[in-house]
Amino acid sequence: MEIHNLTAHEIRDKLRKKEVSAREVTQTIFNRIEKVESKIEAFMGLSKERALKWADEVDRRMGEGLEMEDLAGIPMAIKDNICTEGITTTCSSKILQNFVPPYNATVMEKLYQSKGILVGKTNMDEFAMGSSTENSAFKKTKNPWNLERVPGGSSGGSAAAVAAGEAFFALGSDTGGSIRQPASFCGLVGLKPTYGLVSRYGLIAYASSLDQIGPLTKDVEDCALVLNAIAGHDKMDPTSAPYGKIDYKKALINDVFGMKIGIAKEYFGTGIDMDVKNALYNAVELLQSMGAVIEEVFMPHTQYALPAYYIIASSECSSNLARFDGVRYGHRAEQFEDFNDLFIKTRSEGFGEEVKRRIMLGTHGLSSGYYDAYYKKALKVRTLIKEDFHRAFEKFDVLISPTTPTSAFKLGKKTHDPLEMYMSDVCTVPVNIAGIPAISIPCGYKDGLPMGLQIMGKYFDESTILRVAYTFEQNTDFHKKRAELQP
Amino acid sequence: MGPDYKEGLEMAINIKDVEHAANLARLRFSEDQMEDFTKKFSGIIEYVEKLNEVDVEGVEPTYHILPLKNVLREDEVKPSIPREKVLMNAPEQYNGYFKLPKVIE
Repeated sequence: MEIHNLTAHEIRDKLRKKEVSAREVTQTIFNRIEKVESKIEAFMGLSKERALKWADEVDRRMGEGLEMEDLAGIPMAIKDNICTEGITTTCSSKILQNFVPPYNATVMEKLYQSKGILVGKTNMDEFAMGSSTENSAFKKTKNPWNLERVPGGSSGGSAAAVAAGEAFFALGSDTGGSIRQPASFCGLVGLKPTYGLVSRYGLIAYASSLDQIGPLTKDVEDCALVLNAIAGHDKMDPTSAPYGKIDYKKALINDVFGMKIGIAKEYFGTGIDMDVKNALYNAVELLQSMGAVIEEVFMPHTQYALPAYYIIASSECSSNLARFDGVRYGHRAEQFEDFNDLFIKTRSEGFGEEVKRRIMLGTHGLSSGYYDAYYKKALKVRTLIKEDFHRAFEKFDVLISPTTPTSAFKLGKKTHDPLEMYMSDVCTVPVNIAGIPAISIPCGYKDGLPMGLQIMGKYFDESTILRVAYTFEQNTDFHKKRAELQP
Repeated sequence: MGPDYKEGLEMAINIKDVEHAANLARLRFSEDQMEDFTKKFSGIIEYVEKLNEVDVEGVEPTYHILPLKNVLREDEVKPSIPREKVLMNAPEQYNGYFKLPKVIE
């Protein structure tokens, strides 16, 4: 296999055995980018000089015999809503087109400490609002498996970069499915950790009670390595959990004997593609053959997760995006009559249509006279959804469902109707509402396009979902396939 | 209203509500944008009103997942981001301040 198609742990092993240098690996990645990036358009910006410098530093330390972290010398891509000091961070929005953060997100500090090599910042749906990366103000990222298809969103750039061999792993963010859905569309492993496991400091906020940063990788082992690097309490994030982190490498166990796995019929409705359902049934059969006990579970409030999500997320985003006013950073309108006009013009010029739509929805839902009917109501429905999961987890270790109703759809197919686009999140959104962890892993291909299986777990029980994911992966070949890009 | 406006169409939200929300959100739409926006917006409002089906009698709202409250630290001076760095992205600055149009007459 060519270098760019290897996994992060395979590169780590080669580096440790001195079969290859960090510089060679990094240079190979940039050669790959040169070859395919014009077709994929995964990146908002690239950091070649810096990357090679860091690679040399890693080589120097390895040469001195210093012990290095698992991710040392491994080229990585970072979603452009994660602040990187001194490196433009745009959220794929015109309003932050030239914004250069004066500080690093905590996850960046941690990855830098692990000596990961930053390749560049990736394209996304503007402010993480979207399910296809088509809402980017700057470019449309393509799915490496089929260039006429979307990579998913909002972490589409990160997913496409890894799937195209332009980085060995990436960070994305997930508010309603934005790591898992692109993972599913791009044949990758994507994990949304338990809310609070990974610090949000430096993640430009969309919905503060839902957002989480997580890894996009080629296999489950890589996912565990990245999670090890980024998880943990952070005093800079008051919503960060002061407990819960463990060594996730220990979760890589190929055994599900005796585990109780729940399947909720509510996740297998009419909107789910027949091929996706069949892939899921095959997966269930495999796990059963390995001794897992599979049973049906009822999650009656599942159908309310999507409307609740849109009220909660848009309400929180209307508050979070109020800071973009042209005062301290970002775009400022050139012509304005007064203070108020400055805000109106700046925001109307700087935000794209979907962002405006969600701000408006949130503003309306929180406004006097509507607050109880929308926002408060949605938060009560949230409690009911959470309780559905609690009840399920009293009996089951994990729950399994499709990640997305279909494989990747065509570019431009759903852009005319926001509601149709929102429906792609129907399986992923309940997870964010409840705050539980969930992973998407490849489970099949339809017409050359990947399909994803979602495994949901208890709070801070990433171990168990990683174990089920690892077991499934090690007994199938789906994770070994690579997108074949026509040169 | 433009020629595409359907007379008598029942919308979950009317233009007045949209204008009110736009004002609060400090957003402005052109006339042609307003109509299309209101239509799509109304569709979404209609969709989220699905929550009206749910009986939430006696249910407490969940604002946040984790039972964390009042996460505070000791009142000790710690390093902040230096002023020059903070001002680096300022659209307009003067003498170490963000420069803006006059607020108070």
